[in-house]
Amino acid sequence: MQAKKRYLILLSAGACLLLLFHLGGVQLPAASRSRHDRSRHPDTEEYNLHISPRQKRDVNAGVYKGKRCRMDSCFDFSLCHRNGFKVYVYPQQKGDKISESYQNILSTIEGSRFYTSDPGQACLFVLSLDTLDRDQLSPQYVHNLKTKVQNLPLWNDGRNHLIFNLYSGTWPDYTEDLGFDIGQAMLAKASISTENFRPGFDVSIPLFSKEHPRTGGERGYLKYNSIPPFRKYMLVFKGKRYLTGIGSDTRNALYHVHNAEDVVLLTTCKHGKDWQKHKDARCDKDNAEYDKYDYKEMLHNSTFCLVPRGRRLGSFRFLEALQAACVPVMLSNGWELPFSEIIDWNTAAVIGDERLLLQIPTTVRSIHQDKILSLRQQTQFLWEAYFSSVEKIVLTTLEIIQDRVLEHGSRSSLMWNSHPGGLFALPQYSGYLGDFPFYYATLGIKPHPKFTAVIHAVSPLVSQSQPILKLLAAVAKSQYCAQIIVLWNCDKPLPAKHRWPATSVPVIVIEGENKVMSSRFLPYETIVTDAVLSLDEDTVLSTTEVDFAFTVWQSFPERIVGYPARSHFWDSNKERWGYTSKWTNDYSMVLTGAAIYHRYYHYLYSNYLPTSLKSMVDQLANCEDILMNFLVSAVTKLPPIKVTQKKQYKETMMGQSSRASRWADPDHFAQRQTCMNKFASWFGGMPLVHSQMRLDPVLFKDQVSILRKKYRDIERL
Amino acid sequence: MYPSGKYSSRGPALIPRMKTKHRIYYITLFSVVLLGLIATGMFQFWPHSIESTADWALDKRSVHDAPLVRLPVSSPIPERGDLSCRMHTCFDVYRCGYNPKNRIKVYIYPLQRFVDELGVPISSTGLSREYNDLLSAVSDSDFYTDDVTRACLFIPSIDVLNQNSLRIRETAQALAMLPRWDKGMNHVLFNMLPGGPPDYNTALDVPRDRALLAGGGFSTWTYRQGYDVSIPVYSPLSADVELPERQPGPRRYFILSSQMAIHREYRAELERLKEENGEALLLLDKCSNLSQGAAPARKRCYKGQVYDYPQILQESSFCVVLRGARLGQAALSDVLQAGCVPVILADSYILPFSEVLDWKRASVVIPEEKLSEMYTILKSIPHRQVEEMQRQAHWFWEAYFSSMKAIGLTTLQIINDRIYPYAARTYEQWNNPPVVKWSSVNSPLFLPLIPPRAPGFTAVVLTYDRVESLFRVITEISKVPSLAKLLVVWNNQNKSPPEGEKKFKCPECTAIDGLSLDQTHMVERSECINKFASVFGTMPLKVVEHRADPVLYKDDFPEKLKSFPNIGSL
Repeated sequence: MQAKKRYLILLSAGACLLLLFHLGGVQLPAASRSRHDRSRHPDTEEYNLHISPRQKRDVNAGVYKGKRCRMDSCFDFSLCHRNGFKVYVYPQQKGDKISESYQNILSTIEGSRFYTSDPGQACLFVLSLDTLDRDQLSPQYVHNLKTKVQNLPLWNDGRNHLIFNLYSGTWPDYTEDLGFDIGQAMLAKASISTENFRPGFDVSIPLFSKEHPRTGGERGYLKYNSIPPFRKYMLVFKGKRYLTGIGSDTRNALYHVHNAEDVVLLTTCKHGKDWQKHKDARCDKDNAEYDKYDYKEMLHNSTFCLVPRGRRLGSFRFLEALQAACVPVMLSNGWELPFSEIIDWNTAAVIGDERLLLQIPTTVRSIHQDKILSLRQQTQFLWEAYFSSVEKIVLTTLEIIQDRVLEHGSRSSLMWNSHPGGLFALPQYSGYLGDFPFYYATLGIKPHPKFTAVIHAVSPLVSQSQPILKLLAAVAKSQYCAQIIVLWNCDKPLPAKHRWPATSVPVIVIEGENKVMSSRFLPYETIVTDAVLSLDEDTVLSTTEVDFAFTVWQSFPERIVGYPARSHFWDSNKERWGYTSKWTNDYSMVLTGAAIYHRYYHYLYSNYLPTSLKSMVDQLANCEDILMNFLVSAVTKLPPIKVTQKKQYKETMMGQSSRASRWADPDHFAQRQTCMNKFASWFGGMPLVHSQMRLDPVLFKDQVSILRKKYRDIERL
Repeated sequence: MYPSGKYSSRGPALIPRMKTKHRIYYITLFSVVLLGLIATGMFQFWPHSIESTADWALDKRSVHDAPLVRLPVSSPIPERGDLSCRMHTCFDVYRCGYNPKNRIKVYIYPLQRFVDELGVPISSTGLSREYNDLLSAVSDSDFYTDDVTRACLFIPSIDVLNQNSLRIRETAQALAMLPRWDKGMNHVLFNMLPGGPPDYNTALDVPRDRALLAGGGFSTWTYRQGYDVSIPVYSPLSADVELPERQPGPRRYFILSSQMAIHREYRAELERLKEENGEALLLLDKCSNLSQGAAPARKRCYKGQVYDYPQILQESSFCVVLRGARLGQAALSDVLQAGCVPVILADSYILPFSEVLDWKRASVVIPEEKLSEMYTILKSIPHRQVEEMQRQAHWFWEAYFSSMKAIGLTTLQIINDRIYPYAARTYEQWNNPPVVKWSSVNSPLFLPLIPPRAPGFTAVVLTYDRVESLFRVITEISKVPSLAKLLVVWNNQNKSPPEGEKKFKCPECTAIDGLSLDQTHMVERSECINKFASVFGTMPLKVVEHRADPVLYKDDFPEKLKSFPNIGSL
């Protein structure tokens, strides 16, 4: 009886509970809404009772270490917030051998704007111990790294450290272990697998050779677009075949796809000491076929290039194909592609699957011509933006990490994946794409329809007939002028306000900081328009000329549009770059004493260029215009644009009239030759591009009535 | 003897009373229970069978007719899920194969009702309306196949959207019983509310072998990049509320916080911000004394003042989306719908569809630790960027958040793009709202190249019958050093081209008797322009005022030294 009762009580209690539960669930008519409300409320209570979020963050940071490291758990952001993104490189110890490649990496960092020699300022630490080659069988292998690293006084279990590595593991299994405990350090590693890659923490870098240039680097091989875009071969590969061990499967199966016509996939067994021992039935045939073709010839004449895994996931072939504008067809399952965090590889490569090797020819043949054309151009953009030199690879790595650290001011995917690329689009300038000169077309918008004139004044205001006053009046009359800034870089005190002529647009006088030349290119906050009209005080310009130049600039907002032009040439006798101001049939620079360009270039000039070049300009009080032209052409890969100038203008331009002018100085010209060569060496090559074109108003000098011409003043003497 | 020790403290007092009137008590109790069960059963299943709109098999059959499957206690449980899974290790790509459309085939399992040995269902809610909508959308899409042998991807009809309503172990057993489960290969599970108290795991706790997870609250530690898909938490307000369209621009408030479940530490932080910055911030909470009948989900309060939610979101430039117990918040969807720029504070959160969506252009992500600096950070963002973000935010909601259909099909498209990467949708396709797609110009020749003179150019000459003038053109143009090829298009059906030339005919072309500058000609051309513009939907031509001339054109300079001396001299 009692047992029965007990059973009944249990049952009824259970039923009550069930009933309550169900009724609770159907109080509101809409089932879905009630479900959400129910889930919200318990959360609220639970969450508020539960440990504080701060504690929770600390718990996460404690738990997720080693292979589970993320920025949130293994990186100290506070080090970066104090002094910004600064990178410290450990001093080199005597007796440490450093490979050339690693030396290149270190000197790139030391020469970059991120470098600091003070560990107390640093946000990121880079070892001076060579960690690039961690293959024990390699001659470059550094022994006792474990102890050496542990003994570093600032090591701190690798926190905020960045370790570069190209090779890890060795025959036969090629693991990704570096042979020492990296603690909480980040890896910038080649051939990293998705399994070991810690997303948002590690950086996958490309495998590059000892010969990879430190700066500059060769340009891509694509010189012009051919349409239709097909080349002699559809798909090619030439490389080793591994008879045994890891990574052999895919390469051993390539012969199935080879057709000796447009799909040419060649392998050789001839490598290593005892290849004869393992040689299989196909080896002799394969080897013979292999010798028939030239690798370089195939590389440059194929639409697609197969990039199968080797012993390791990445191979040199990847960069070679990229540079050769041969669209890489990846066959390397599980390879975290280089800079995958920021590069959309689908726009420049075909990501194949090793398991579907036999489908590869059909797949590549199915890709439409338009797509091939676009893939091919993107290989060239990516090559030049991020891969062509050790410097670019290292800077890209650092910029990726910087974007994570300054999360709310980081680059969008569009900035990384479209011209001119992330290294030239600095997010600290603005997070808005429309503030840059590069994305107007992509966004379907236009630049601001007015300009700000910046007049660089160096001589005192003594008479009312001085050129600067005429210039002010002429510029102010332009319908596109929003405001005029006079940059007072003269030793004499500022003239009284009433000395300036009355104009319809505001005139703002700024006292130049330190009165140096570079201050004319400072990104003044008072410049609110996209366009800047940069002027010397003795420039002679008419309103019509300004108006016309500005309408031209609106069509080419990423380039410098100006009047007097200059040219560079290679002086083969002296083996150096030469500068000429002679009238020639082409030009590669326009003088910034009278030029319109985007205000972003002020920011880039001040923040991208190294102090060494800027102080050279300041000391010489010369070459600032050459440097600006170098910078803009390095970014755009295009020449500046020269527009029509009035006849009489040339004689008076650049102040032959003004005796105080720096242009009268005989040293001036020689200095400019020196500047050219100094700049070219920093840029790692000559970025200037020649142009033979001048843009004139449509009816310029045409035999029609002058009254029909809009810019008729330009033709009048 | 009563085993009173086993009962709660209230136990002993309750039992003696029962002893006396137990008969009546039991009878009434059981009748109440019975009635309750019937009523809840009705509520459970009734709405679903009338709500559904799509003519999908699942609805027709309705949950009543779904076969009942009893899970034996000993039924196998899948493995917990492998964190190292990636497409190339845990996904069988051979099932997708080569297909000229580059589209995966998706199979949906028929609906079943799973119960344990005692007959208790594995889920307290059964099939939710949301999951039903998602399955219907998939079955109506091009992805769907009813042929299980051709399928590349499998979707179980077991609803795991909300982990709260699931019995974990039994759900896992039910998954393993699916006929094609095969260690979860090529199966995708949709989950929006993962984890449960007290820890709130950031991924579904149901063991699931190798199945892909489309999850709504992943952290960087549970998300398998390139394998799982991070999805939004659907907000029912998306369907219930229609907000008036608002153009991007300044709003009444600068920052708005409208979530109700904010941790008290964070709320205190927000209140501090409000004190410092005053009116620019609006800090809303749930309403404590709402009149009867008002839906609490649709109201928010500040100091007794009641605001309509989500309408109030449209009045602010930025809207705070703070993590709750879970990382994924339905509020994100409401905020995007209102075109308010989300300020996301949820450390380690994998943003919805982050594999394809560029959130940097639609949101501001701030580390939780920096909540106190939020105002300063947001103030530094240029106005035009805020406007772009407002537009992007609304577009993301419209295209990818607004319905279970949008969420489901976006997930499938992402998986599809991984399997056929060479046919994947582009960044622009994913991220550009229609207005940008229309106005933007993406040149197919986008690489800044200055082509060398070496390959030269091909001249194409169109001619009708003026042979003399044709020969003159040919003679002149063949003098040009960079001419590589000359192509003459003979545009005349009645006459053969002169001997010695290659023949080119243009059969579609009608003969025009000599071009002239007469009036009809101009009228015709104007008509063409209007026709073309209407077909393009816009006028693509741009007006410029410049013309390219050689550098020394018409300059007072010896002609001999000019590269192109003859230009301009007719």
